[in-house]
Amino acid sequence: MPKHILEMRKITKTFPGVKALSDVELSVIDGEIHGICGENGAGKSTLMKVLSGVYPHGTYEGDIVYDDEVQAFHSIPDSEQKGIVIIHQELALIPYLSVAENIFLGNERRGKNGMIDWNLTNHEAAKLLEQVGLDENPMTPVNQLGVGKQQLIEIAKALSKDVRLLILDEPTAALNDDDSEHLLGLLRALKGRGITSIMISHKLNEIAEICDRVTIIRDGHTIETIDVTEDSGMQDRIIRGMVGRDLTSRYPKREHVVGDEVFRVEDWTVYHPTQPGRIVVDNASFHVRKGEVIGIAGVMGAGRTELAMSLFGRAYGRDITGRTYMHGEEVQIRDVSEAIKHGLAYATEDRKRYGLNLIEDVRRNISAAALFKLARRGWVDGNKEIKVAEEYRGSMNIKTPSVMQTVGNLSGGNQQKVVLSKWIYSDAEVMILDEPTRGIDVGAKYEIYTIINRLVAAGKAVIIISSELPELLGTCDRIYTLAFGVVTGEVPVAEATQEKLMTLMTQEKTNKDKEVRA
Amino acid sequence: MTGTANLRELLTRNIRTSGIYIAFVVIVALFAILTDGKLLSAGNVTNLVLQYSYILILAIGMVMVIIAGHIDLSVGSVVAFTGAVSAVLVIRHGMPWWVGVIGALVVGALIGAWQGFWVAFVGIPAFITTLSGMLLFRGLTWLILNNISLSPFTPEYQKIAGGFINGLFGGNGFDVFTLVVFAIAVAGYCFSAYRTRAARIAYDQPVEAFPLFIAKLVAVAAIVMWFAWQLANARGLPYVLIILAVLIVVYSLVTQRTVFGRHVYAIGGNLAAAMLSGVKVKWVTFGVMLNMGILAAVAGVVYSSRSNGAQPAAGNMFELDAIAACFIGGAAVTGGVGRVTGAMVGGLVMATMSNGMSLMGVDQSMVQIVKGLVLLLAVAFDVYNKRRAGAR
Repeated sequence: MPKHILEMRKITKTFPGVKALSDVELSVIDGEIHGICGENGAGKSTLMKVLSGVYPHGTYEGDIVYDDEVQAFHSIPDSEQKGIVIIHQELALIPYLSVAENIFLGNERRGKNGMIDWNLTNHEAAKLLEQVGLDENPMTPVNQLGVGKQQLIEIAKALSKDVRLLILDEPTAALNDDDSEHLLGLLRALKGRGITSIMISHKLNEIAEICDRVTIIRDGHTIETIDVTEDSGMQDRIIRGMVGRDLTSRYPKREHVVGDEVFRVEDWTVYHPTQPGRIVVDNASFHVRKGEVIGIAGVMGAGRTELAMSLFGRAYGRDITGRTYMHGEEVQIRDVSEAIKHGLAYATEDRKRYGLNLIEDVRRNISAAALFKLARRGWVDGNKEIKVAEEYRGSMNIKTPSVMQTVGNLSGGNQQKVVLSKWIYSDAEVMILDEPTRGIDVGAKYEIYTIINRLVAAGKAVIIISSELPELLGTCDRIYTLAFGVVTGEVPVAEATQEKLMTLMTQEKTNKDKEVRA
Repeated sequence: MTGTANLRELLTRNIRTSGIYIAFVVIVALFAILTDGKLLSAGNVTNLVLQYSYILILAIGMVMVIIAGHIDLSVGSVVAFTGAVSAVLVIRHGMPWWVGVIGALVVGALIGAWQGFWVAFVGIPAFITTLSGMLLFRGLTWLILNNISLSPFTPEYQKIAGGFINGLFGGNGFDVFTLVVFAIAVAGYCFSAYRTRAARIAYDQPVEAFPLFIAKLVAVAAIVMWFAWQLANARGLPYVLIILAVLIVVYSLVTQRTVFGRHVYAIGGNLAAAMLSGVKVKWVTFGVMLNMGILAAVAGVVYSSRSNGAQPAAGNMFELDAIAACFIGGAAVTGGVGRVTGAMVGGLVMATMSNGMSLMGVDQSMVQIVKGLVLLLAVAFDVYNKRRAGAR
């Protein structure tokens, strides 16, 4: 029987109101590359945070057995001491420090007098860079290097800590093909040197290419662990495992009465605001009709939010090209106030950071996007504002003692209702809802779905962006899939299955062949 | 049901804004006792208003800058520069007093537009832009004054800060006109407070209990009328006080009741959310800085009039007094919170402390030390409050 380097037994982790992990089992064989698959929010990252000591021993239930011993990590340094190093999805390098300084940050190479020995530091850094196949001067500031190279520096940093178990959270999500290929090659080389890796990934072809075994997690439970090398129908089995849950009446019924086209987008291309040449949205086209709910399905990093925000008055990205039409007529939307005037609304996925003024009250958050409706010659009618807020408190069932209550004190579900109220009051015809039910409880979710049904019944067009496929299947008329910035499919809900969508969402497709044909 | 908030609820809920009023009353009482009532004598009350009027005018503009999440370090230099411009026009070139005033205001607006451009459209942090302005406008002041003082102003110009309206209705040892003006203002305040309360009740909003509401009005009326009595017994109603009162009323309305004012709060509260709600962030920021320039010019005119001339070192450290007034008056360091009235009370707290201590003959060094510590405590209180609110 192969030796296990790591066994996580019956791990249960609860946050206030949510059970993120329940009785999760994970066993990793010494020297393998072990994949972890699951939808967004399934609990993958939480599990890795438990393992690396981000959530200290005692805040979770269950045992972590590493090297045949039960471990009690209280912080990241504890786990790193034992050779467990995690590389997060968002790179944690300091942009203005050099490669060598970043590699030895917190672990500085000191000389006899206690001062940093720069020669030793740079020399050792150069050796580590060689091991990861990166030909750069260790004194180069990190911000002069691309994301792919930064990822390699993270690995060099891990190697400097004598890593034995390397955890990578979506390491290739931000990388192009060449960089991804190089990274996967490096992982294989590390395996040859006896370093075990755990890799979280949405890219099933990568998993098939590099992993020995893969564990599937869904809704905080372990579904199964599959031996990749033996099973030929592995990808289908992973997809089934990731999405397989029932859809029993979590979504209120609605009449599907679809009218004329309201909003159309053609050949929408967006570049990354700070990384020159990186295409975030690639030639996207879609349309939505009156009384219709369309879904945009894509895993995190697929460009969903970037697509929505760039459409909403160019609030994201640069060098945006493409055309937008309202009711068949082309419109130019140059900034957010123009987007609002043309009848667009965008409820953000991160309502605390981008959606609400948390230190302000319910009333003023509801009126924030449409103050012009309350104002005459620049003066706001405060009494009417209160009246409007009270109306929405009633119709949207916002649970707050008063509309003068500070929004920061409301629950997530009620905050989301405030955001929706704001956009409904702005008289939007097209409502883009980005992850409208993220982080809110099941009851409030049902209420949000009911509100969406009411909106389309009133003739609005709704676009839902979500990584929860059951949610899209339960609420939409049509679903577009987005993968790596490219619209990879358009599926009517009657023909859509979670397996079909997941296949389209994880499929890499460029628009190059399309251009060649045209 | 119409919710009625009781006194304790009202105090705890609004501790951040109401705390300063309580502190003000305590400080006034303390110094009144320590100075054997000299602090509250008719002459001294008049003096206190005149002496701190320009800081209060600066604080009106500053509180808006701070609500928007910025800061303005240049106002002291702008006060000096606009005063110098006015002095050059009126004293050196013999222009009428109003040319000097208009000249100063135009220059103030240009300075505001200049700094607003760099902050709003180029994206230079206001701290840096106005630090540069602090040096720049001080240098320009020296340049146009040839580094020497210009004085005296014409008597008309001196009246802006030193003049009084009195005797219109005759007097019996006190000025009836002053009392009438204040009585009208108090009646207006009571009427508007009553209307707001009535509207709130009509919309089923919680209001303070009726006896408490009346008590509040009576207290305000009593304090204001006492203040009027003191003025009437001294020299009457100063022009400066009229300017200040108009500015306070106008800017309170602008911040609380206009789209522009609401956008300022929105930007300071959450810049990204404001942008995604269609607020033209750049133009609003520009407007706030422009306005600060104009108000600094108003302060420059008042100060030059009061000091009867323009000095190269005029307005030194005014920015710090104005900023301190805002923070003591409950503005949040991170933006999004603050009120014009709060900043005024904050300014009066500083004024009362300085004035009270100098009446007591306390050394100037001690005054600085105390003022410094009070500022620190006020902001620490704000931070503590926020942490407590965040813990919920």
